[in-house]
This record gives sequence, structure tokens and C-alpha cells, in this order.
Amino acid sequence: MEETVIQARALTKEFVRDEFHIIALQDVDIDIHKGEFVALMGPSGSGKSTLLHLIAAMDYATGGEIRVLGENLRALSDREIARWRNHNVGFIFQQFNLIPVLTALENVELPLKLTNLNKQERLDHATTALKLVGLGDRLGHFPRQLSGGQEQRVAIARAIVTDPALILADEPTGNLDAASAQEVLSILSRLNKEYGKTIVMVTHDAHAARSATKIRHLEKGALLPEGQLPAD
Amino acid sequence: MAIPLSYNLRNLVVRKTTTIMTALGIALTVAVLLSILALVDGLRTAFTASGNPLHVLVMRKGSDSELTSNFTRTGYQDLKFKAGIARNKAGEPMASLEIVTVINLPSVSNPDGSNVTLRGLSPIGIEMREGIRISTGRWFETGKREVVVGRSIAARFPASTLGQKLRFGRGEWEVVGIMDAGKSANNSEIFADLNQVSSDFQRTEVLSAALVRAADAVTAAALVNDINNDQRLNMGARTEVEYYESQTSSALPIQFLGMFISAIMAVGSSFAAMNTMYAAVARRAREIGTLRVLGFSRGSILFSFFVESVLLALFGGVLGCLLVLPLNGVTTGMSNFVTFSEIAFDFSIGFPIMATGVTFAVVLGALGGFFPARMASKKEILVALREV
Ligand SMILES: Nc1ncnc2c1ncn2[C@@H]1O[C@H](COP(=O)(O)OP(=O)(O)O)[C@@H](O)[C@H]1O
Ligand SMILES: [Mg+2]
Repeated sequence: MEETVIQARALTKEFVRDEFHIIALQDVDIDIHKGEFVALMGPSGSGKSTLLHLIAAMDYATGGEIRVLGENLRALSDREIARWRNHNVGFIFQQFNLIPVLTALENVELPLKLTNLNKQERLDHATTALKLVGLGDRLGHFPRQLSGGQEQRVAIARAIVTDPALILADEPTGNLDAASAQEVLSILSRLNKEYGKTIVMVTHDAHAARSATKIRHLEKGALLPEGQLPAD
Repeated sequence: MAIPLSYNLRNLVVRKTTTIMTALGIALTVAVLLSILALVDGLRTAFTASGNPLHVLVMRKGSDSELTSNFTRTGYQDLKFKAGIARNKAGEPMASLEIVTVINLPSVSNPDGSNVTLRGLSPIGIEMREGIRISTGRWFETGKREVVVGRSIAARFPASTLGQKLRFGRGEWEVVGIMDAGKSANNSEIFADLNQVSSDFQRTEVLSAALVRAADAVTAAALVNDINNDQRLNMGARTEVEYYESQTSSALPIQFLGMFISAIMAVGSSFAAMNTMYAAVARRAREIGTLRVLGFSRGSILFSFFVESVLLALFGGVLGCLLVLPLNGVTTGMSNFVTFSEIAFDFSIGFPIMATGVTFAVVLGALGGFFPARMASKKEILVALREV
């Protein structure tokens, strides 16, 4: 039996702004298993990011249930969620979001500050992660001294340095040229195949989605049944 | 474990102009505060060093300074044979009748002249002041129109150097010596023969005050009581230490003004720090969101921004100390409001005063940093990430 990493039932997210109610996600049921690499596709505004945020407990559902790695995220306090995220989830942003005043090595070391590792162990882990994304020779570079593709690879190293079971990526290639995008995709592929990481990647690029082992489509907040393509 | 300090330090360096401006505001505030503290401290040192715990100063009842006191020669005859008064090697009671008045001397900073305390005393009075040494020249001779000037007077008044003549009273007086009274207020006085001064100022019978030495500390307290309760003598007594401590109050108006100014500046610079930190929080919203996603708690975000503000203020505090450091040891004169004469003292900026300044700066930084830091910690992750 496959281990379920993410399990959502009737997951709903409604935004209320003034008198407008926006249903970003409506009754989403989804099971994502250990070792899967799922691409979430769909047009802009279909709720892809919202689903990713709910999985990472960066936001709360307004209806339904979600369990991630066996944890009912609603039951955890702010502090517990922070610690849980640090241990279990690596998040990759479209805009990289590196800390500009820290070097590549320091950026990658940052999540390890929350662990019990000592300074030397932290540096070893961070160096290993940077080597894994092919940046072993850029340890002392600041983000502004790196290309977009390199920045995103540092961000990936930062996301995997605590060895989380789950990696979430929101349009990780959205700001990259084709060659850099391809590098990022092959790193994600490798993390999935060689390191057994479960990955959920939001993308609206069909080419990028081909790196995944499974593609799911969202449309106006609803998740289409597995295998079904959007109408148009 | 927290967000590393280097993160805060480098952000302070990155926005160096704002950092320097804000730190400078705090530095000036600290500098004002420290100057005042150094002034009061220097003044207190000058006054308290002047007091000998065995010395009892006897003045007219209700008089707060020797200058406004009267003491008759007959009163002195009664006083000097009281029990508990120490005697010198020759067996004489250690009791000195003195006259204190103010004369005007032209000074470096004030050609119209400044007021200076003139003290007429007899050899026993000099003998009682063991802390005073002649650094150049000699003591005045009894019966001659000679004066010995304090070290600070010699430095501040060009007319009062060795061999010069000073004009006051009924004529000229020759400066025959310069005395070093350590840190005591006597450095700001001129000493001359009791009878010469009293006759020049036509006060041969009614002088100012008497200084007596008790045999020991317990006797000193008893002697003070005895004199205060003596109906016939009708004089007031207090220990010299007490007397000089009360004189420190002459610095109160300046102290008050200084504290008032630094309080206003403190409010200003604390708000400046707050402004700077609010701007930093706004500019780094996305970083805050990212740190939260990496697993840092709201608490560590709050702590990090708080620490950054405190670091900024610490920098200002140290800068403030450096600004006032050149004042250390600078001798200056201040009008003593009790005796209406000038007293010279050293600004003393020691470690405790600098520690006070740095602490004060840190408090300013903490006050200014708290609300911005709290705002940073309250941001929702997604809201923070969306800000540019
Ligand atoms: N904080 C918010 N407040 C109001 N509406 C929001 C908020 N976040 C997202 N939405 C809305 O929810 C819908 C889904 O957004 P999102 O998940 O970001 O879409 P996608 O990532 O697929 O482009 C959109 O209509 C969007 O406008
Ligand atoms: Mg999106």
C-alpha cells in the first residue's frame, strides 16, 4: 500500500473581500502518495497557488479537511507549524526569494539554524546541498552576483537542506529562460527519482509539466478528475 | 536558534545612510546626557573631596554658606574650648576662625571679571588642611599683604601668577604661592592672612565661620549636636562633608535643563529609530514572508527586528560616547549659585557614565524598535510575500 503524503477532502477556500466572495478552491479531493511528482496545471486564477499554500499551511482552508504527512495542520499552533514546515516542507518560489544580504552558502544554511546541528555540520550540509544543484563553486556569492537560474538553484538547495519529505514549487521556472528552466526541472526530477522526494509543482507550462510523473488540472477552483483535460 | 545577527548587521550596512543618520541622532542625545552627567559628577567630586569627615563647620544659624554667615571673635573664644575638639602637637585646639568674601578678578574668558572666593585664615586653619600643598612659591606670612592662589585660579586668571600683584580690598596684594588642593574646591579660592583681610574689609570683630576638628568620627557627631544645642553660642554646625554635599545643589538648574533637553532629544531620536525600523520592515516584507516559510516563528521575526534596532542604537550610543570623550578632564568654571563665586572642576567621563550613555541608547533603540518589530511579526505570510 502506498503511503499517502497529502490527503484533501472537500477542501474549500473562500476569500472574502468587502462584499465580494471569491471561491478560490471548491471541494477539492486529492491524494498524493509518497514518491509522486505531481504537476498542478490550470489557467491563471484557477487556484493552483492557493492549493499549494494550504498544503504548506501558509494559509487555512475555509472548508473541508487536509492532512499532510499524517498531520492535521489545523490542530497545530503557530509555533508548531513553523517547526513542522522547517522539518517537512521545502518551498520553492517563482521569484526565488533569496535573502539579498546573505551569501549562497548562508542562504542555504538559514533553515538549519532551527535545527540542533552545530556550525560545522550546518556548513557541511549546506555545501552538500549546493553541490547537488551544481553550485559548489558559488558558495560565497551574493544573490545579486548570480544569474536567475543560479539563484533558483540556490533556492532549491535551501528548500532541500533540511531533507524534507515534501517539496512544493510554485511556478519555479516562470522567471527563467529555457536553458535555466531545463536545469531546474532536471534537478527536481533527480530529487524525485534518486532521493524519493514527493514533489508538487505548480506550472502552466506543458513542457515543464512533462518532468512530472502525474499531471492534475484545476479549473475555476475545481480539480478535474485524473486524466481529464480542460474543455478547451 | 534565531535568525543570525549577521543578517541584521549587513542590513544596517546596506542602508548605511539611514543607519548613520539615525545613529547620529541617538549619538547627539547621548552626548547631551553624558555632558550633563559628567558636569554633575565633576562638580560632586570637587565638593566631596573638599570635605573632611572630622571637620565641623560652624556658621550663623540658618546660614547655608560661609559667605552669608557671621561669626564673632567672642563666639570663637567660647567655641574653641568645647570638649571633643582635637589639639595639634603644640596643644592648641584645632579650631580656625575664618573670613570668607568674594572679590572680582579679570579672567581669560571674562575681561569684566569673575567672582572668586577669598578666604582669610590663620596658621591653624592651614595646618588643618593637610590636603593642600604649595606647588610653587610659599605660604603667605602673618601680618603681610600676601596671598596664595588655588591651582585653578592660577590657570584661569592671568593676573594671579606668582609675583604678580592683585588689587582688592584697600590695595595691592602680592601672589607669593600657588597651592594644589587635589580635587578640592579650595583650588578655586585665594587664601590670605585672617587679620589682614578682616581689616581690609572692615570686619575685624565679625568674621564668617569657624572650622573645628573633632578628635574622632563619633566625637564629630557629638560636637555637632553640642554646638547646635548651645543657646549662648547660638550657632549652627554641620560636618564639612555635609556642607559640601549640599553645595552640589548649585548644579541643579543646569542639571535640570540638561535632562530636559536630553529628554526631548530622546523622544525625537527614539521616533527616528522607529521610523527607520518601520521603513526596514516595509522594505523587507518579502524576506519576512520567506523566513516564515523557512520555519522561523513570529517570535524570532520580532526578536530579529528588535535586535536590529538595538544594534543601531548601540552604534549611536558608542558614537555618542566618542563625541564627549574629548571633554574628559577638561577643566571648566561654573558659577556656584550658593557662594556666588566661581568653582573650577573637571568633567569626568568615566566608565560608569559611558555605561549609562550606552544603556540609555539601548533603551531608546528598544523603545523605537518594539512596535516595528511587532508589526513585522504580525504580518501574514501570504500578505508579506505579495508585497514588493
Ligand atoms: N488574498 C486573496 N484575496 C482575495 N482573493 C484572492 C486572494 N488570493 C487569491 N485570490 C483569488 O483566488 C483565486 C485563485 O488564486 P491563485 O490560487 O493565486 O490562482 P493561480 O495560482 O492558479 O493563478 C483568484 O481568483 C485570486 O484572485
Ligand atoms: Mg499562482
